[in-house]
Amino acid sequence: MSSTIIDNPDRVPLSQKGRLKETKSEGVKVTVDIDGLEVTVAKGTSILDAAKLANIRIPTLCAHPDLCVAGLCRICVVEVEGMRTLQAACSHFIERPIKIHTHSKTVRKARRHVVDLLLSRHYGDCYSCVRNNNCELQSLAKEYGVDYFRFGHPEKAMYPVDYSSHSVIRDMNKCVLCRRCVRTCIDLQEVGCLEAVGRADKTMISTFLNKPLGDVVCINCGQCINRCPTGALTANDQTDDVWAAIDDPKKHVVIQTAPAPRAAIGEAFGLPPGTALTYKMNTAARFCGFDKIFDTNFSADLTIMEEGTELIIRLFKALVGKDTSVKLPMFTSCSPGWVKFLEHFYPEYIPHLSTAKSPQQMFGAVIKTYYAQLHNIDPADIVTVALMPCSAKKFECNRSEMVASGFKDVDYGLTARELAKMFQEAGVDLPHMADSDFDDPFGTATGSGVIFGATGGVMEAALRTVIELITGDKVEKYFEHADIVPVRGMEGVRKAEVKIPHVGPVPALISSLVPNWDWVKGATLKVAVAHGTANARRILEDIKAGGEFASYHFIEFMACPGGCLGGGGQPVPTNADIRAARARAIYAEDSAYLIRKSHENPAVTELYSKFLPEGPCSRKSHQLLHTYYTARGKYIS
Amino acid sequence: MIAANFTNTLTFSTIDADAGLAKAFAMKPEAIVEAIGNANLSGRGGAGFPTARKWASVAQNKSTTKYIICNADEGEAGAFKDRLILSDFADLVFAGMTIAGRAVGASYGILYLRGEYFYLKNPLEEVLRKRREQGLLGKSVKGSTGFAYDIEVRLGSGAYVCGEETALIESLEGYRGEPRNRPPYPVEVGLGGKPTVVNNVETYAWAATIIAKGPEWLHGPGGKNRSLPRILSISGDCERPGVYEVPSGFSIVSLIDLVGAPDARAIQIGGAAGYCVPASEFNTVITLEDVATGGSIIVFDKNRDMLEVARNFLEFFAEESCGQCTPCREGTRRLLEGISKMSEGNCSTIFLNDLCDLGDTMRLASKCGLGQSAPNAFLSIVKHFRDDLMGRSSKPSPLQRQDHHQFKGAVV
Repeated sequence: MSSTIIDNPDRVPLSQKGRLKETKSEGVKVTVDIDGLEVTVAKGTSILDAAKLANIRIPTLCAHPDLCVAGLCRICVVEVEGMRTLQAACSHFIERPIKIHTHSKTVRKARRHVVDLLLSRHYGDCYSCVRNNNCELQSLAKEYGVDYFRFGHPEKAMYPVDYSSHSVIRDMNKCVLCRRCVRTCIDLQEVGCLEAVGRADKTMISTFLNKPLGDVVCINCGQCINRCPTGALTANDQTDDVWAAIDDPKKHVVIQTAPAPRAAIGEAFGLPPGTALTYKMNTAARFCGFDKIFDTNFSADLTIMEEGTELIIRLFKALVGKDTSVKLPMFTSCSPGWVKFLEHFYPEYIPHLSTAKSPQQMFGAVIKTYYAQLHNIDPADIVTVALMPCSAKKFECNRSEMVASGFKDVDYGLTARELAKMFQEAGVDLPHMADSDFDDPFGTATGSGVIFGATGGVMEAALRTVIELITGDKVEKYFEHADIVPVRGMEGVRKAEVKIPHVGPVPALISSLVPNWDWVKGATLKVAVAHGTANARRILEDIKAGGEFASYHFIEFMACPGGCLGGGGQPVPTNADIRAARARAIYAEDSAYLIRKSHENPAVTELYSKFLPEGPCSRKSHQLLHTYYTARGKYIS
Repeated sequence: MIAANFTNTLTFSTIDADAGLAKAFAMKPEAIVEAIGNANLSGRGGAGFPTARKWASVAQNKSTTKYIICNADEGEAGAFKDRLILSDFADLVFAGMTIAGRAVGASYGILYLRGEYFYLKNPLEEVLRKRREQGLLGKSVKGSTGFAYDIEVRLGSGAYVCGEETALIESLEGYRGEPRNRPPYPVEVGLGGKPTVVNNVETYAWAATIIAKGPEWLHGPGGKNRSLPRILSISGDCERPGVYEVPSGFSIVSLIDLVGAPDARAIQIGGAAGYCVPASEFNTVITLEDVATGGSIIVFDKNRDMLEVARNFLEFFAEESCGQCTPCREGTRRLLEGISKMSEGNCSTIFLNDLCDLGDTMRLASKCGLGQSAPNAFLSIVKHFRDDLMGRSSKPSPLQRQDHHQFKGAVV
């Protein structure tokens, strides 16, 4: 079957339950004739994939490499000799030798008609669209020579735009009903807040009872944005607010940049995926007028300290103290999409979530307290902007509890796309910018912070720190080059077991956390990693059923496939190759760092000694760096 | 009821409903399929697929669970023969479904009843209850050796597209009634992913009849089998609308005589999804064999405005398209807009040609039979009645429907 659900071909897409036939080629090869070229493919290959092998381009719209086949836009129709009707190349699977014509007169006319018809319901103006020049409908119109609106063009909007969500804006006037978002939401993420409703030309993509997106079980992951071919789904753009802050001389505007966008923002400037532009981005951001550029890696390291410490305390309380109120396995809490997913669908597992805030929110709180004190700036005048690969971060920074500093800890969450837009507006030619470093006092980062951007990164960073702090050994002793390979990769769920052979001298910062450390000796730490909420569901269902994951200690969850590098705020488009390229860039950056472990980050050590002398998970750190969650449930009032 | 008033004698009324069932249990399953094949029974829902081939592929499937579905979602405009068959010959249909189950190795049948036929649900269930009492359904069907079979009636919700077999299955599974990609066909991946036979009501009734009558019944001269008769629902501008059984090869002229329509200007064969045949072609070689029909014939007399006829059919499709694929969802609406333009005298010849091209694309590129046949009526009416359609003024003609509404949101 050519349709794949990311990295987990065995998972049946819910929207296609029972509909897909298992086409096992069993090694049978079929030779087909495509436009006179002979192509030999495995039986069951789609015409679309076969044509790719022959370097023949067949246009697609509803097809997406991450999603199961739909075969409904009909732009990919081709002529198969002997068949009465045209066949959709994406959903016609080759069973026997056939002759295919991909650009005959009939085919060309049908494709042009399909584009004409899509345009006849697509209301919107390319000039004012965020997807201008990166729109699949626009490209198709150009490719198929749409010279005028043959069957009309809407002159007024038919639907109000849904601005209710902090993260995702829905403009159904631009929707061409390809249902990629539906398949993303139902199959890929297994959230299911979008579905087609209505019939004929009254069909539309809707939420439960057509409620605003802000009121339904949307987790804000933005995967639908990444897969929408038009501008129907976009992130809530806050660039104008950020410009206003920059233009206000009273405001001290700082930006923290997360690791994942660095490996992707170049795509918005025509560079191949996986081009790391970290230091060029710093220069560009300064050029735009940001007062300080900080590295989110700093707070990622801080997260590791807090979360790692929390894990040790939890393990002690639960395993040694037999405290049943302390829940294991502990879940990571850095992915706001995942957090909201858990709050909606598994609220009973909230006690498993680490109370540590995400790096974005920790940084916000630190900037408006520690940094403000240090530089004697009124926190009221500080505007914190966070560059994130994420649409859910916009929701996260607007959570009512995220005001530990006495102010809104993070004012604006920008996606990589939005920062690229700001750069363009400022005339920045990003690929040719000079390099410059981050600003102090949070300038030093570690490789552990960088790999937060990839699935398994948080786990790897945590393991590096936990192993070293507890054993006193260098992690390199256990894992070559400190690369903890078992937790890396793109498999949906990955597992690892780490044996703690002995307990070394535990550093003073954490030694007083637990009364004794003997219990750790000889223990085996069982950890797992999951990315994409559908895979998260697998693990949670397993834990619910008392399966193997119930006996695990620590599990990393990321809402988006591939982790942050595949986030809903990253440049469009996305597919497995693009995500793999970004991952390579992130791991390359990690190995280039001199310091690669969070606890060795001097800026973090300094923060603890100057500002949080009682150490991680102390009262003050709880106040600033930890949070609580809301059991939302999935029933919508 | 129209059907009750005018109908000739149906073959179905000449046989004992369960005679075929008893015979079928004496036959090997392969022999049943062969008998159906020898009678050249083809699907009576409209597509005309050979029934025996469908049954044979399900029979050959190694799956242990298989289903028999009776498509009683008779939604085609002007079709009501299935309603008559279900009212008068329900036992025969259920016997046919049981025979199909025996032939392919299925033990469960579902009759998917059109939502608007809700009033038939209780009577049908009563028939099923009696059959269970008589041992004609149940853990071991009477006359068989341990053949378990039961039938359930399920009600549709009034979507025309659910007459398309894969949409029907989606609907049965509780999803939106939308056609699936084909292949795989239901005979491989059907209800719940299991091999499934989906046949029309009339098809099952004929299957039971064929087995009951035995092979001699169809022997024609020269050793060749005669074709099976057809059952037609005839309505419209005629004196005796009703359900008629006619021999195969019956011409349109004879049909017009049968129902009494001397003023017929055109007839629509195959309902909204079918073709419009003008009077000038009544005498040509067209017989009912040439056009796939779901048994619906609608007669239009000389007082009918063909533009309004086309509008009526397109309004139907613009409402009933499932909304999944682009050509059908948008195309039906655009054709309908074209009709509005014509009725206002605003349609240029160029635009009419564009619309006809669009119709061709819809036939070729739509995902399912609904979209592929949606432009048929429009295209055949344009072909034969072009002068009627074009050259109107913005003032409505006396033949035009006065209350025709403009379509909201439409761009004209």
